[in-house]
Amino acid sequence: MNKYPELSASHMDALREISNIGMGNALTSLAQLVNRRINMNVPVATFMPFEETISLVGGPEELVSCVSVRMSGEVPGLVLFLFSSESTLKLVDMLMGLDLGTTRELDEIGQSAVMEVGNVLSGSFVSAIYSLTSLEMKSAVPLFAYDMLGAILTSLMVASGRVEEQVLVIETSLFQEQAEANISGHFFMLTEPGSITKLFNALGFQMT
Amino acid sequence: MELAVKDIAEIQVGIADYKIAREPVKLITLGLGSCVGVSLYDPVTRLGGLLHVMLPDSTQFNNVNKPAKFADLGIPLIVKEMQSKGANISRLQAKLVGGAQMFSGLDDKMTLNIGYRNADKSRDVLKKMGIRILVEEVGGNRGRTMILDTRTGQVTIRTLGNKLQVI
Repeated sequence: MNKYPELSASHMDALREISNIGMGNALTSLAQLVNRRINMNVPVATFMPFEETISLVGGPEELVSCVSVRMSGEVPGLVLFLFSSESTLKLVDMLMGLDLGTTRELDEIGQSAVMEVGNVLSGSFVSAIYSLTSLEMKSAVPLFAYDMLGAILTSLMVASGRVEEQVLVIETSLFQEQAEANISGHFFMLTEPGSITKLFNALGFQMT
Repeated sequence: MELAVKDIAEIQVGIADYKIAREPVKLITLGLGSCVGVSLYDPVTRLGGLLHVMLPDSTQFNNVNKPAKFADLGIPLIVKEMQSKGANISRLQAKLVGGAQMFSGLDDKMTLNIGYRNADKSRDVLKKMGIRILVEEVGGNRGRTMILDTRTGQVTIRTLGNKLQVI
């Protein structure tokens, strides 16, 4: 039943490196969009059942925004970005050039602004992996939700058909130097065991 | 007011799981999106059960490791266990909550109508077993938390930014 590739420490390092480069590229794009410097923690790569990803972010009833983008091509999977509600509103302010604290509710314009952030982030993530591995990847139109964390993640898991399996989760969080402008977000890349083998092979690792 | 409520034990029901409890315990499941919460209550024995269904139909899957994940297996399972604890199937009252469509946007490769199918299948399975559905609060696009009070059989629904709703 367990058909996941055996991952050594150096494989995990490679995965971290991939997401480091992918996310680094994505964050540069985000920093340009909001005209601020944004940092991230060193990504963590693990295998886990998708439902456990909830507790990495917060409580099941926590209000978050989520932009999810399905990837197709040689590395099929899902890329998703989660922002706390506070950070979501700050992101809208930054994107619209408003003073921080102006936006108090997420309206339709705000939603499309956050969706655009997700679009830019996932696009630059995918292109960074492409230039590293030459694996063909396409990203679909982003889906958006702003509601309870648990409801969002389980629905996403079911909608993408990733229910049975454990998934590779690459997780990182974002932050800014100025505390009041802090954007805290989580990033997940979910993919299948077969895709991981392809990624490794493209990077010159041998997988059995 | 909240303080009085706190005295009563609450048992949490996880994703793709179910729990059964007798009065006065409360059963709660957090953050139902496209998932459907099925509560069952026997008003005579005051025995309640709560099931958190993720998918409608187990026959679409090759290996089924958690029957409570599916409406077609989970509902008979919880009913059977409630019967073994003294519930009478003819007295059971069901309530359905959840089955929302959480995501806006278009992506035809994603199965976005799963919430609808979860609710539909749950209804179907309950009907075939002859269990009455008292009320349902399904569909829409909001996440819901569902709480079954085994003292009364009442179900409380929590959504973000709205008042509690009792059904």
